[in-house]
Amino acid sequence: MSGHSNDNVSSEELWGGGRSPYGISYGKMYMWFFLVSDALTFSGLLTAYGFSRAASEDAWPIGEQVFRALPGLEGQYPLVYVALMTFILIVSSVTMVLAVEAGHRNDKRGVVRWMLATIIGGVFFLGSQAWEWSHFIHGGGGSFLLATEVTITADNGNEYTLPVGEPIFMDHHFGEIAEAYSNGDASVNLHEHHGHVTLTHFGEHTHEVELHQLTIHKYIEDEQVITGDDIYTLWEARSESFTFGANMHENEYATQQSYANFFFFITGFHGFHVFSGVVINFIIFIMAYRGVFERRKHYEMVEKVGLYWHFIDLVWVFVFTFYYLI
Amino acid sequence: MERDDLIVNDSYPLNAQHSEEEGVKIRKNIIFVTVLLTVITAVEVAMGVIFKRAETFSWQMIKWTFVALTLVKAGYIVMSFMHLGEERSVMKKTILIPYVIFIIYLVFIALTEGFGHLYNLTNFH
Repeated sequence: MSGHSNDNVSSEELWGGGRSPYGISYGKMYMWFFLVSDALTFSGLLTAYGFSRAASEDAWPIGEQVFRALPGLEGQYPLVYVALMTFILIVSSVTMVLAVEAGHRNDKRGVVRWMLATIIGGVFFLGSQAWEWSHFIHGGGGSFLLATEVTITADNGNEYTLPVGEPIFMDHHFGEIAEAYSNGDASVNLHEHHGHVTLTHFGEHTHEVELHQLTIHKYIEDEQVITGDDIYTLWEARSESFTFGANMHENEYATQQSYANFFFFITGFHGFHVFSGVVINFIIFIMAYRGVFERRKHYEMVEKVGLYWHFIDLVWVFVFTFYYLI
Repeated sequence: MERDDLIVNDSYPLNAQHSEEEGVKIRKNIIFVTVLLTVITAVEVAMGVIFKRAETFSWQMIKWTFVALTLVKAGYIVMSFMHLGEERSVMKKTILIPYVIFIIYLVFIALTEGFGHLYNLTNFH
Protein backbone atom coordinates (compact mmCIF):
# COMPACT_ATOMS: atom_id res chain seq x y z
CA MET A 1 0.00 0.00 0.00
CA SER A 2 2.94 2.29 0.49
CA GLY A 3 3.32 2.69 -3.29
CA HIS A 4 5.83 5.29 -4.33
CA SER A 5 5.69 7.26 -1.14
CA ASN A 6 9.21 6.27 -0.15
CA ASP A 7 10.68 7.66 -3.34
CA ASN A 8 12.71 10.81 -3.13
CA VAL A 9 12.33 13.27 -5.96
CA SER A 10 14.35 16.44 -6.18
CA SER A 11 12.54 19.75 -5.66
CA GLU A 12 13.67 21.06 -9.06
CA GLU A 13 12.06 18.07 -10.75
CA LEU A 14 8.78 18.48 -8.83
CA TRP A 15 8.26 22.23 -8.68
CA GLY A 16 8.91 24.74 -11.44
CA GLY A 17 10.07 27.26 -8.88
CA GLY A 18 12.23 24.73 -7.14
CA ARG A 19 10.19 24.96 -3.97
CA SER A 20 6.69 23.91 -2.83
CA PRO A 21 4.58 27.09 -2.69
CA TYR A 22 2.44 26.01 0.27
CA GLY A 23 5.03 23.86 1.98
CA ILE A 24 2.38 21.25 2.56
CA SER A 25 1.84 17.87 0.98
CA TYR A 26 -0.88 17.14 -1.55
CA GLY A 27 -2.84 14.91 0.81
CA LYS A 28 -2.93 17.36 3.67
CA MET A 29 -3.82 20.29 1.46
CA TYR A 30 -6.80 18.46 0.00
CA MET A 31 -7.89 17.33 3.43
CA TRP A 32 -7.91 21.03 4.37
CA PHE A 33 -9.93 21.95 1.28
CA PHE A 34 -12.41 19.17 2.05
CA LEU A 35 -12.68 20.41 5.64
CA VAL A 36 -13.39 23.95 4.45
CA SER A 37 -16.24 22.68 2.27
CA ASP A 38 -17.54 20.52 5.10
CA ALA A 39 -17.31 23.51 7.43
CA LEU A 40 -19.45 25.46 4.98
CA THR A 41 -22.09 22.71 5.15
CA PHE A 42 -22.19 22.81 8.94
CA SER A 43 -22.17 26.62 8.96
CA GLY A 44 -25.11 26.50 6.56
CA LEU A 45 -27.03 24.22 8.92
CA LEU A 46 -26.29 26.31 12.00
CA THR A 47 -27.11 29.53 10.15
CA ALA A 48 -30.42 28.03 8.98
CA TYR A 49 -31.09 27.18 12.63
CA GLY A 50 -30.33 30.80 13.55
CA PHE A 51 -32.67 32.03 10.82
CA SER A 52 -35.55 29.81 12.01
CA ARG A 53 -35.02 30.91 15.55
CA ALA A 54 -34.81 34.60 14.72
CA ALA A 55 -37.96 34.34 12.60
CA SER A 56 -39.90 32.39 15.21
CA GLU A 57 -42.94 34.06 16.79
CA ASP A 58 -43.25 31.67 19.73
CA ALA A 59 -40.80 31.22 22.57
CA TRP A 60 -37.84 28.98 21.76
CA PRO A 61 -37.02 26.16 24.22
CA ILE A 62 -34.17 26.71 26.67
CA GLY A 63 -31.38 24.15 26.35
CA GLU A 64 -30.82 23.95 30.10
CA GLN A 65 -34.45 22.88 30.58
CA VAL A 66 -34.69 20.40 27.73
CA PHE A 67 -31.35 18.64 28.25
CA ARG A 68 -30.99 18.05 31.97
CA ALA A 69 -31.17 14.31 32.53
CA LEU A 70 -28.37 11.88 33.34
CA PRO A 71 -28.64 8.15 32.58
CA GLY A 72 -29.89 6.17 35.56
CA LEU A 73 -30.31 9.18 37.84
CA GLU A 74 -33.36 11.08 39.01
CA GLY A 75 -33.13 14.83 39.40
CA GLN A 76 -32.00 17.67 37.20
CA TYR A 77 -28.53 18.31 35.88
CA PRO A 78 -28.79 21.07 33.28
CA LEU A 79 -26.48 20.44 30.31
CA VAL A 80 -24.17 18.23 32.40
CA TYR A 81 -24.57 15.30 30.02
CA VAL A 82 -23.85 17.41 26.94
CA ALA A 83 -20.83 18.93 28.69
CA LEU A 84 -19.64 15.40 29.42
CA MET A 85 -20.02 14.48 25.74
CA THR A 86 -18.04 17.61 24.84
CA PHE A 87 -15.33 16.59 27.29
CA ILE A 88 -15.16 13.07 25.83
CA LEU A 89 -14.71 14.51 22.35
CA ILE A 90 -12.05 16.99 23.51
CA VAL A 91 -10.12 14.18 25.22
CA SER A 92 -10.29 11.99 22.11
CA SER A 93 -9.02 14.97 20.12
CA VAL A 94 -6.11 15.18 22.55
CA THR A 95 -5.24 11.50 22.18
CA MET A 96 -5.33 12.04 18.42
CA VAL A 97 -2.86 14.93 18.58
CA LEU A 98 -0.67 12.76 20.82
CA ALA A 99 -0.78 10.03 18.15
CA VAL A 100 0.36 12.60 15.56
CA GLU A 101 3.15 13.72 17.90
CA ALA A 102 4.26 10.11 18.39
CA GLY A 103 4.25 9.74 14.61
CA HIS A 104 6.71 12.62 14.33
CA ARG A 105 9.10 10.67 16.52
CA ASN A 106 8.50 7.50 14.45
CA ASP A 107 7.26 5.91 17.65
CA LYS A 108 5.07 3.09 16.34
CA ARG A 109 3.96 1.89 19.78
CA GLY A 110 2.89 5.42 20.73
CA VAL A 111 0.89 5.88 17.53
CA VAL A 112 -0.90 2.55 17.95
CA ARG A 113 -1.69 3.22 21.61
CA TRP A 114 -3.02 6.76 21.11
CA MET A 115 -4.99 5.81 17.99
CA LEU A 116 -6.69 3.08 20.00
CA ALA A 117 -7.53 5.59 22.76
CA THR A 118 -8.98 7.94 20.11
CA ILE A 119 -11.18 5.19 18.69
CA ILE A 120 -12.45 4.31 22.19
CA GLY A 121 -13.26 7.99 22.82
CA GLY A 122 -15.16 8.17 19.53
CA VAL A 123 -17.17 5.05 20.34
CA PHE A 124 -18.02 6.50 23.77
CA PHE A 125 -19.22 9.70 22.13
CA LEU A 126 -21.41 7.76 19.68
CA GLY A 127 -22.92 5.78 22.55
CA SER A 128 -23.62 9.00 24.45
CA GLN A 129 -25.29 10.47 21.42
CA ALA A 130 -27.46 7.38 21.02
CA TRP A 131 -28.66 7.82 24.61
CA GLU A 132 -29.24 11.52 24.04
CA TRP A 133 -31.35 10.81 20.96
CA SER A 134 -33.31 8.11 22.74
CA HIS A 135 -33.99 10.48 25.64
CA PHE A 136 -35.01 13.29 23.30
CA ILE A 137 -37.36 11.00 21.34
CA HIS A 138 -39.02 9.57 24.46
CA GLY A 139 -39.20 12.95 26.20
CA GLY A 140 -40.59 13.63 29.67
CA GLY A 141 -44.17 12.75 30.57
CA GLY A 142 -45.66 14.25 27.43
CA SER A 143 -48.07 17.13 27.12
CA PHE A 144 -51.64 17.94 26.14
CA LEU A 145 -52.94 21.21 24.68
CA LEU A 146 -55.70 23.38 26.14
CA ALA A 147 -58.95 23.63 24.18
CA THR A 148 -60.28 26.56 26.21
CA GLU A 149 -58.74 29.46 28.06
CA VAL A 150 -58.12 28.66 31.74
CA THR A 151 -57.02 30.70 34.76
CA ILE A 152 -55.25 28.75 37.48
CA THR A 153 -53.05 29.35 40.51
CA ALA A 154 -49.64 27.72 40.45
CA ASP A 155 -47.84 26.43 43.56
CA ASN A 156 -45.83 29.64 43.76
CA GLY A 157 -49.07 31.51 44.49
CA ASN A 158 -49.23 33.40 41.20
CA GLU A 159 -52.25 33.34 38.95
CA TYR A 160 -51.71 32.37 35.31
CA THR A 161 -54.17 32.80 32.46
CA LEU A 162 -53.33 30.16 29.88
CA PRO A 163 -54.53 30.65 26.29
CA VAL A 164 -56.02 28.07 23.94
CA GLY A 165 -53.30 25.79 22.59
CA GLU A 166 -51.03 26.20 25.63
CA PRO A 167 -49.15 22.94 26.30
CA ILE A 168 -49.58 21.41 29.79
CA PHE A 169 -46.97 18.87 30.85
CA MET A 170 -47.71 15.65 32.70
CA ASP A 171 -45.26 13.97 35.05
CA HIS A 172 -43.21 11.01 33.95
CA HIS A 173 -45.22 8.26 35.71
CA PHE A 174 -48.63 9.44 34.54
CA GLY A 175 -47.35 10.20 31.05
CA GLU A 176 -46.18 6.63 30.53
CA ILE A 177 -49.71 5.24 30.84
CA ALA A 178 -51.27 8.32 29.24
CA GLU A 179 -49.29 7.53 26.09
CA ALA A 180 -50.86 4.07 25.87
CA TYR A 181 -54.27 5.61 26.64
CA SER A 182 -53.95 8.24 23.90
CA ASN A 183 -52.87 5.54 21.45
CA GLY A 184 -56.20 3.79 22.08
CA ASP A 185 -54.76 0.90 24.11
CA ALA A 186 -57.88 -1.04 25.21
CA SER A 187 -56.23 -2.27 28.43
CA VAL A 188 -56.01 1.28 29.82
CA ASN A 189 -58.99 2.73 31.71
CA LEU A 190 -59.60 6.33 32.67
CA HIS A 191 -61.40 7.16 35.94
CA GLU A 192 -62.51 10.65 36.82
CA HIS A 193 -63.96 10.74 40.30
CA HIS A 194 -64.41 13.71 42.68
CA GLY A 195 -61.81 15.69 40.83
CA HIS A 196 -59.29 12.84 40.82
CA VAL A 197 -57.94 11.59 37.52
CA THR A 198 -56.68 8.02 37.51
CA LEU A 199 -55.37 5.84 34.70
CA THR A 200 -55.33 2.09 35.20
CA HIS A 201 -53.35 -0.23 32.99
CA PHE A 202 -54.71 -3.79 33.15
CA GLY A 203 -52.27 -6.48 32.24
CA GLU A 204 -50.04 -9.05 33.85
CA HIS A 205 -49.37 -6.47 36.56
CA THR A 206 -52.22 -4.03 36.99
CA HIS A 207 -50.79 -0.57 37.30
CA GLU A 208 -52.68 2.47 38.56
CA VAL A 209 -51.46 6.06 38.46
CA GLU A 210 -53.19 9.19 39.70
CA LEU A 211 -52.52 12.59 38.17
CA HIS A 212 -50.75 14.39 41.03
CA GLN A 213 -48.92 17.18 39.32
CA LEU A 214 -48.90 19.24 36.15
CA THR A 215 -46.29 21.69 34.89
CA ILE A 216 -46.62 24.80 32.77
CA HIS A 217 -43.90 26.68 30.88
CA LYS A 218 -41.72 23.62 31.22
CA TYR A 219 -39.18 24.13 28.45
CA ILE A 220 -39.49 27.80 27.58
CA GLU A 221 -39.33 29.78 30.86
CA ASP A 222 -39.05 29.08 34.54
CA GLU A 223 -41.41 26.16 34.84
CA GLN A 224 -44.31 26.32 37.33
CA VAL A 225 -45.77 23.31 39.11
CA ILE A 226 -49.50 22.93 39.68
CA THR A 227 -50.99 20.58 42.27
CA GLY A 228 -54.38 20.38 43.98
CA ASP A 229 -57.78 21.20 42.49
CA ASP A 230 -56.39 23.17 39.57
CA ILE A 231 -55.14 19.91 38.06
CA TYR A 232 -58.70 18.89 37.35
CA THR A 233 -59.52 22.31 35.85
CA LEU A 234 -56.64 21.91 33.41
CA TRP A 235 -57.48 18.29 32.65
CA GLU A 236 -61.10 19.25 31.88
CA ALA A 237 -59.94 21.94 29.47
CA ARG A 238 -57.72 19.57 27.46
CA SER A 239 -58.06 19.02 23.77
CA GLU A 240 -57.62 15.58 22.24
CA SER A 241 -54.14 16.51 21.13
CA PHE A 242 -51.45 14.71 23.17
CA THR A 243 -47.73 14.87 22.38
CA PHE A 244 -45.10 12.51 23.74
CA GLY A 245 -41.42 13.22 23.19
CA ALA A 246 -40.35 14.06 19.67
CA ASN A 247 -40.62 12.58 16.21
CA MET A 248 -40.55 13.89 12.64
CA HIS A 249 -44.01 15.49 12.94
CA GLU A 250 -44.39 16.86 16.45
CA ASN A 251 -42.43 17.42 19.64
CA GLU A 252 -43.37 18.24 23.20
CA TYR A 253 -40.52 20.73 23.70
CA ALA A 254 -41.67 23.47 21.38
CA THR A 255 -44.59 24.60 19.26
CA GLN A 256 -42.08 24.86 16.39
CA GLN A 257 -41.31 21.49 14.83
CA SER A 258 -38.12 23.02 13.41
CA TYR A 259 -36.66 22.77 16.93
CA ALA A 260 -36.80 18.96 16.81
CA ASN A 261 -35.95 18.81 13.10
CA PHE A 262 -32.76 20.83 13.59
CA PHE A 263 -31.83 18.66 16.57
CA PHE A 264 -32.15 15.52 14.47
CA PHE A 265 -30.45 16.96 11.42
CA ILE A 266 -27.53 18.83 13.01
CA THR A 267 -26.60 16.31 15.71
CA GLY A 268 -27.37 13.48 13.30
CA PHE A 269 -25.14 14.88 10.59
CA HIS A 270 -22.40 15.46 13.15
CA GLY A 271 -22.91 11.97 14.57
CA PHE A 272 -22.50 10.52 11.09
CA HIS A 273 -19.20 12.38 10.82
CA VAL A 274 -18.11 10.89 14.15
CA PHE A 275 -19.10 7.43 12.92
CA SER A 276 -17.15 7.76 9.66
CA GLY A 277 -14.26 9.26 11.65
CA VAL A 278 -14.16 6.21 13.92
CA VAL A 279 -14.17 3.90 10.88
CA ILE A 280 -11.33 5.85 9.20
CA ASN A 281 -9.36 5.99 12.46
CA PHE A 282 -9.78 2.24 12.78
CA ILE A 283 -8.38 1.63 9.31
CA ILE A 284 -5.36 3.83 10.06
CA PHE A 285 -4.94 2.13 13.44
CA ILE A 286 -4.76 -1.27 11.71
CA MET A 287 -2.28 0.09 9.14
CA ALA A 288 -0.09 1.57 11.88
CA TYR A 289 -0.27 -1.67 13.85
CA ARG A 290 0.80 -3.70 10.83
CA GLY A 291 3.77 -1.42 10.31
CA VAL A 292 2.73 0.09 6.98
CA PHE A 293 3.81 3.59 8.07
CA GLU A 294 6.98 2.28 9.67
CA ARG A 295 8.02 0.97 6.25
CA ARG A 296 6.95 4.25 4.69
CA LYS A 297 9.18 6.05 7.25
CA HIS A 298 6.59 8.71 7.98
CA TYR A 299 3.18 8.84 9.67
CA GLU A 300 1.54 11.46 7.49
CA MET A 301 -1.67 9.41 7.12
CA VAL A 302 -2.16 9.71 10.88
CA GLU A 303 -1.87 13.47 10.49
CA LYS A 304 -4.47 13.56 7.72
CA VAL A 305 -7.09 11.55 9.60
CA GLY A 306 -6.13 13.60 12.65
CA LEU A 307 -7.20 16.75 10.79
CA TYR A 308 -10.59 15.17 10.08
CA TRP A 309 -10.97 14.06 13.69
CA HIS A 310 -10.11 17.51 15.09
CA PHE A 311 -12.59 19.01 12.67
CA ILE A 312 -15.33 16.84 14.18
CA ASP A 313 -14.39 18.21 17.61
CA LEU A 314 -14.38 21.73 16.19
CA VAL A 315 -17.90 21.35 14.78
CA TRP A 316 -19.18 19.99 18.09
CA VAL A 317 -17.84 23.07 19.90
CA PHE A 318 -20.08 25.21 17.68
CA VAL A 319 -23.10 22.88 17.91
CA PHE A 320 -22.72 22.91 21.69
CA THR A 321 -22.77 26.71 21.82
CA PHE A 322 -25.44 27.47 19.26
CA TYR A 323 -27.84 24.59 19.75
CA TYR A 324 -27.52 23.88 23.49
CA LEU A 325 -26.22 27.03 25.20
CA ILE A 326 -27.67 30.06 23.48
CA MET B 1 1.70 8.93 -13.33
CA GLU B 2 3.91 10.96 -11.11
CA ARG B 3 2.74 11.30 -7.55
CA ASP B 4 3.13 14.52 -5.68
CA ASP B 5 2.32 13.39 -2.14
CA LEU B 6 5.95 12.63 -1.56
CA ILE B 7 8.20 13.97 1.10
CA VAL B 8 10.72 15.95 -0.87
CA ASN B 9 14.01 16.82 0.77
CA ASP B 10 12.16 17.41 4.05
CA SER B 11 10.53 20.44 2.41
CA TYR B 12 7.32 19.94 4.41
CA PRO B 13 8.10 21.17 7.89
CA LEU B 14 5.47 19.06 9.67
CA ASN B 15 6.78 15.83 8.22
CA ALA B 16 10.20 16.61 9.53
CA GLN B 17 10.76 14.39 12.52
CA HIS B 18 11.27 15.91 15.90
CA SER B 19 13.44 14.75 18.74
CA GLU B 20 12.49 13.34 22.14
CA GLU B 21 13.15 16.69 23.89
CA GLU B 22 11.02 18.64 21.43
CA GLY B 23 8.31 16.01 21.92
CA VAL B 24 8.24 16.74 25.66
CA LYS B 25 7.72 20.45 24.94
CA ILE B 26 4.97 19.75 22.40
CA ARG B 27 3.18 17.43 24.81
CA LYS B 28 3.32 20.09 27.50
CA ASN B 29 1.56 22.48 25.14
CA ILE B 30 -1.06 19.83 24.31
CA ILE B 31 -1.87 19.38 28.01
CA PHE B 32 -2.18 23.15 28.42
CA VAL B 33 -4.67 23.40 25.53
CA THR B 34 -6.66 20.43 26.88
CA VAL B 35 -7.03 22.01 30.32
CA LEU B 36 -7.97 25.34 28.75
CA LEU B 37 -10.69 23.82 26.53
CA THR B 38 -12.13 21.85 29.44
CA VAL B 39 -12.18 24.87 31.76
CA ILE B 40 -13.88 27.05 29.12
CA THR B 41 -16.58 24.39 28.57
CA ALA B 42 -17.17 24.14 32.33
CA VAL B 43 -17.42 27.93 32.62
CA GLU B 44 -19.94 28.04 29.75
CA VAL B 45 -22.17 25.42 31.35
CA ALA B 46 -21.94 27.16 34.75
CA MET B 47 -22.92 30.48 33.17
CA GLY B 48 -25.88 28.87 31.42
CA VAL B 49 -27.09 27.39 34.71
CA ILE B 50 -26.52 30.46 36.89
CA PHE B 51 -28.03 33.14 34.66
CA LYS B 52 -31.75 32.66 34.08
CA ARG B 53 -32.89 34.01 30.75
CA ALA B 54 -36.09 35.58 32.05
CA GLU B 55 -34.40 37.31 34.99
CA THR B 56 -31.19 38.49 33.43
CA PHE B 57 -31.71 41.66 31.46
CA SER B 58 -28.17 41.38 30.12
CA TRP B 59 -28.75 37.97 28.53
CA GLN B 60 -27.61 39.54 25.28
CA MET B 61 -24.17 40.13 26.81
CA ILE B 62 -23.96 36.58 28.11
CA LYS B 63 -24.80 35.31 24.62
CA TRP B 64 -21.93 37.32 23.16
CA THR B 65 -19.64 35.94 25.88
CA PHE B 66 -20.60 32.41 24.77
CA VAL B 67 -19.78 33.30 21.17
CA ALA B 68 -16.42 34.82 22.18
CA LEU B 69 -15.48 31.79 24.34
CA THR B 70 -16.46 29.47 21.48
CA LEU B 71 -14.23 31.37 19.07
CA VAL B 72 -11.35 31.09 21.56
CA LYS B 73 -11.90 27.32 21.76
CA ALA B 74 -12.15 27.03 17.97
CA GLY B 75 -8.95 29.07 17.59
CA TYR B 76 -7.00 26.76 19.88
CA ILE B 77 -8.33 23.64 18.13
CA VAL B 78 -7.50 24.92 14.65
CA MET B 79 -4.17 26.57 15.43
CA SER B 80 -2.78 24.09 17.96
CA PHE B 81 -4.46 20.69 17.45
CA MET B 82 -4.76 21.01 13.69
CA HIS B 83 -1.31 22.67 13.49
CA LEU B 84 -2.58 25.41 11.19
CA GLY B 85 -0.54 27.86 13.26
CA GLU B 86 2.63 26.08 12.11
CA GLU B 87 1.74 26.12 8.42
CA ARG B 88 3.08 28.72 6.05
CA SER B 89 1.26 32.05 6.14
CA VAL B 90 -0.03 31.68 2.57
CA MET B 91 -1.62 28.34 3.52
CA LYS B 92 -3.30 29.86 6.58
CA LYS B 93 -4.73 32.69 4.52
CA THR B 94 -5.95 30.37 1.75
CA ILE B 95 -7.91 28.32 4.26
CA LEU B 96 -9.20 31.03 6.57
CA ILE B 97 -9.88 34.23 4.63
CA PRO B 98 -12.46 33.01 2.04
CA TYR B 99 -14.26 30.96 4.68
CA VAL B 100 -14.43 33.72 7.28
CA ILE B 101 -15.59 36.38 4.80
CA PHE B 102 -18.34 34.14 3.44
CA ILE B 103 -19.57 33.01 6.86
CA ILE B 104 -19.69 36.54 8.28
CA TYR B 105 -21.82 37.51 5.27
CA LEU B 106 -24.06 34.42 5.58
CA VAL B 107 -24.69 34.87 9.30
CA PHE B 108 -25.38 38.57 8.84
CA ILE B 109 -27.85 38.08 6.00
CA ALA B 110 -29.64 35.09 7.59
CA LEU B 111 -30.17 36.83 10.91
CA THR B 112 -31.23 40.10 9.26
CA GLU B 113 -33.75 38.26 7.09
CA GLY B 114 -34.93 36.17 10.05
CA PHE B 115 -35.63 39.16 12.27
CA GLY B 116 -37.16 40.97 9.29
CA HIS B 117 -39.51 38.05 8.67
CA LEU B 118 -40.57 38.11 12.33
CA TYR B 119 -41.12 41.89 12.13
CA ASN B 120 -43.42 41.43 9.12
CA LEU B 121 -45.32 38.63 10.84
CA THR B 122 -45.95 40.64 13.98
CA ASN B 123 -46.70 43.99 12.34
CA PHE B 124 -48.54 43.28 9.11
CA HIS B 125 -50.74 40.28 9.88
